[in-house]
Amino acid sequence: MKFTLMLNGEQRDFDCEPTRRLLDLLRGDAGLTGVKEGCGQGECGACSILLGDRLVNSCMVAVGQVADRPITTIEGYSRTTRFAVLRDAFGKAGAVQCGFCTPGMIMACEALLRQNNRPRAPEIRLALAGNLCRCTGYNMIVDAVETAAREGKGLW
Amino acid sequence: MANSISQAVERVDNRAKASGQTRYLADIPREGVLHGRFFRSDRARARILDISLPPVPADCRVLSCGDVPGLNVVSFLVDDWPVFAGKMVEHVGEPILLVVGPDVEVLADVVAGITVAYEDLPPVLTIDDSRCTPQAGFDFTTGDPKAAFAAADRIISGEYKTGSQEHVYLEPQGMLAIPRQDGITLQGSMQCPFFVRRAVHRVLGLPLEKVQVVQTPTGGAFGGKEDYPSVLACQAAVAATVTGSPVLLVLERDEDIQVTCKRHPSRILVRTAHDSAGRPTAMDVDITLDGGAYTGLSPVVLQRAMFVAGGVYNIENIRCRGRVLATNTVVAGAFRGFGGPQGIFAVEMHMDQVARELGISPLEYKRTHLVRTGDQTATGGRYHSRVVIDQIADRLEKLSGFEEKFKTLGRRPGEPGVTDQEAPLRGIGQALVLHGAGFTGSAERDVIRSTVKLERDDAGRVTILVSNVEMGQGLQTTMRKIVARVLDLTLDEIDFPDPDTDRVPDSGPTVASRSIMIVGKLVERAAEDLKRRRDEPGTISAVQHYRQPSHIQWDNETLTGDAYPDYSWGGVAVQVAIDPLTGVVTTEKVWAVHDVGTPIDEMIVQGQVEGGILQGLGWASLEVLEFEEGRLRQGTLTDYTIPTAFDAPPIVSELMDNPSAVGPFGAKGAGEVTFVGVPAAFASAVGHALGVPVTELPIRPEHVLDLLEGLL
Repeated sequence: MKFTLMLNGEQRDFDCEPTRRLLDLLRGDAGLTGVKEGCGQGECGACSILLGDRLVNSCMVAVGQVADRPITTIEGYSRTTRFAVLRDAFGKAGAVQCGFCTPGMIMACEALLRQNNRPRAPEIRLALAGNLCRCTGYNMIVDAVETAAREGKGLW
Repeated sequence: MANSISQAVERVDNRAKASGQTRYLADIPREGVLHGRFFRSDRARARILDISLPPVPADCRVLSCGDVPGLNVVSFLVDDWPVFAGKMVEHVGEPILLVVGPDVEVLADVVAGITVAYEDLPPVLTIDDSRCTPQAGFDFTTGDPKAAFAAADRIISGEYKTGSQEHVYLEPQGMLAIPRQDGITLQGSMQCPFFVRRAVHRVLGLPLEKVQVVQTPTGGAFGGKEDYPSVLACQAAVAATVTGSPVLLVLERDEDIQVTCKRHPSRILVRTAHDSAGRPTAMDVDITLDGGAYTGLSPVVLQRAMFVAGGVYNIENIRCRGRVLATNTVVAGAFRGFGGPQGIFAVEMHMDQVARELGISPLEYKRTHLVRTGDQTATGGRYHSRVVIDQIADRLEKLSGFEEKFKTLGRRPGEPGVTDQEAPLRGIGQALVLHGAGFTGSAERDVIRSTVKLERDDAGRVTILVSNVEMGQGLQTTMRKIVARVLDLTLDEIDFPDPDTDRVPDSGPTVASRSIMIVGKLVERAAEDLKRRRDEPGTISAVQHYRQPSHIQWDNETLTGDAYPDYSWGGVAVQVAIDPLTGVVTTEKVWAVHDVGTPIDEMIVQGQVEGGILQGLGWASLEVLEFEEGRLRQGTLTDYTIPTAFDAPPIVSELMDNPSAVGPFGAKGAGEVTFVGVPAAFASAVGHALGVPVTELPIRPEHVLDLLEGLL
C-alpha cells in the first residue's frame, strides 16, 4: 500500500504493508536510525517518537495506523531550540552515558514538557517510567529535565 | 576535590548521543549484508540424533559445527564452549544451526521448518544436585584458622544465597563479520576487541594478524560484552567465511536475555571464630557458584568472590574454599563486580548476624574491626596504600544518621504486636566494601601486558591509541582529560578513535575497573613522554608498557600475596519502608561514600555511583531470574523487570579525597565498587525492618510476607 506520512515536517511517500512496524519503516526506509530498537516489545522506550503530541513506542505501532498524524523523531526534534535546551541540560546534569536510551528519553521529555512546562520531580519520574536506562540510575536525568524546564522558560 | 582535573566537563559524546547521530552497529547503513537466525536447543541436556531441514532457498545457507574451519570452540580459559553444538546440547538456547540469508522473514520460516531428534539425558539443574561437576576450584589459607577456631570463645555460622541477574544493556548484542581476500574484519558492540580477535583466529584457523576487530559505539555492557561478543563473533565469522558475504548478527531482546551470560548464582557458608570480647579471630568461607553449562570466565569470577573473604575487616586467620559447579543452564559470566557482590553479600550479612548475636549495632561492630593501612589482606598481602575505610564509615554514619535510625526504626524479635497493622515497617541497613581494581595478582604483568600509544602530529593534535572502549562509562572523556591535562591541550585537540586492532596496541580489555587506573596511568606516562619531546618536529609517537609496582607480590599457585594493584572502597546505607499488607519494599533513601582515589571527572564518577546503586538495588529486589527445567521463566523485558525512573530513590553521595599512587592523577577504579555493597545494605535494611535476618537475594514481596507471617 502507498502511504503519505508527515515525517519531521515533510511529506514523505512510502510503499509498504499497512501492518509493517512503524519502527522498521523509520529506521529502514526513512533512514532515521536515531530511533533505536532496544526490545521490540514496547518495554524499553528506546524507539519513542511523537505521534502528534503523544509519546508512543514506534515498535508497537503499525504504519497503517499513523497516516493521518504528524510524526516527530529525534532527527526532526533535534533541529529545534527546545531540543538544544534539553541537550545542554542533559550534558550539564550528566544524564547521558551509553546514549542508547537518550534519543527516546529526550522525546519523552518533550512530550512531558508540552503538557506540563514546570513538572515536579514525581511527575517527571512518572513521565519517564516507560523509558528504561541502565546506566544513569535516572536521578541525573530527572535533574536535567528540571534544569531544562527552568532554563527553557517560555519555550514550552 | 583537591585536584582540579576532577571538575566536571560536558562529556565529549553528549551531543552526538543526544541528537541520535551516534551510529551503533545496527544503525550503520550497508548493502548486501546477510542476516542470521539461530536454531537453538529447547532441551537442557540431550544427544542430537538427527537434524532435518526444510527446503532451503538458494540465497540462504544453513551452518553447523561442520562448517567451522578451525576449532569449534570459543576461547576463554578452558576449551569447552562450542561455537555450534556438536553431538550434545548442554543448555536450553544452545545454538545448533545458524541460517543466513538476505531476508529476515525468510530466515524465520526456514528456522521454523527445522526439526531435530534428541535423546534426552537427565540434566543437572541446580548446584544442590550431587551430580554437579566442578568447572574450577581453589583453596587458600592465611594465618592459622584451625587454631583460631579451636581457641574460639564463640563460633557463628550462616548460609547466604544470591540469584542470577541479566545485564539489560539497552543496546542488544550485535556483530558484523566482513570477509576479506586475506582475512576477516569484525565490527561490533564489545568491551574487549583483542579477546574477540583471539577467539576468531582460532575458530577460523587464521593467523592473529589476519583478523581485524573494530569496536562500534557500545550501548551499555556492564560485563555482558566482555565474554559473549566472542561467541557471536565466532558465529558471524564462520558464516561470513563460508558464504563469502558480510554477515550481520543482531540479537533480538528475548534471545539476548535467554542466551547471553548471566551473573553467577551463589551459595556461601561463612563461619567465624570470636574471642570473649566478640572480636573476629578467624573466618572460614566456603563458596559455591553456579557456572552454567560451560566454563567461560568462571574461574576468575570465583577468585574475585573468594578474595573478598574477610571483607574490610581485620581478621588474621582466613580459610576460603570455592568451586564453580556446572549446571545445564545458560552460561554464567562477567557482570559488574565479577563475583565480588556475591562474596561481599555473604560477609556483610554475616557480620550483621554476628552483631545481632552480640547484641550491638552492626555498624558499630564493623567499625571496631576495620582494616588499616599496612594490615594483612585476606590473601596474606598488605594494604600498601592509605586505607580510609574508617573515615568512610564515619561519614556514612554522619550522613545517614545510621545509629539513631537503627535504634528508632525496625522491629525487634519478640517485640509485642504492633498496634497499627497497616503502618509501613521501616528499617536501615549498611555495608562496607572494597573492590580490587585491575586484574588479579600479577596478571596485569604476566597475562595482559598492556601497551598504549599516543601520536602527536605536526599540528599538535594528539591521538590516543588504546584498546579500551567507551561503553557509557565515559572513557572518551576521561582519557582525553588525562592527556589534555599533561599536555595543556583542550579536549577537542585530542582524538580517541574507537579501537581497531589493526591500529591500536593491546592495552587489555575494558573490564575489572582497570581502564582508568591501569591504562589511564600508561596514557598519562605516554603524554609525559610527549611533553618532554615537545620540541621534536613532525609526527611523533610515545609508547608505554605496563610495569608492575615493585611492592606487589603474588603467588598464583598458593593464591597468596597482593591480589590487586590497589583497592577502591565504599560504604553504603539504605533505608526502606515495607508495606505489611503487600510485602512491597520501597527504598526511601540511599547514602554512599566512596574512595575511588582522585575522580578524573566528578560527574562521570557520580554517574557510576548512581547507576551502580540502582543496578544493585535491582539485583537485590526486582530482578528475578529463575530456571524451570533449565528454561528461564523470565525470558523477556516484560517479565524480567529492571528499575524505572519511578523506582530510583534519592541518593546522597560523597567521595573521599584519597589519591592513589597507582593511577593517573591519583585515580582508582570506580565502575564496580559502587554496585558491590548495595545488595547487602538493602537486605540488611529489610532484615532490620522485619526484625528477622534476611540471607537470600532477591528479596521479593512474597518472601517478605512469608517472613512477616513467621513473626505475626
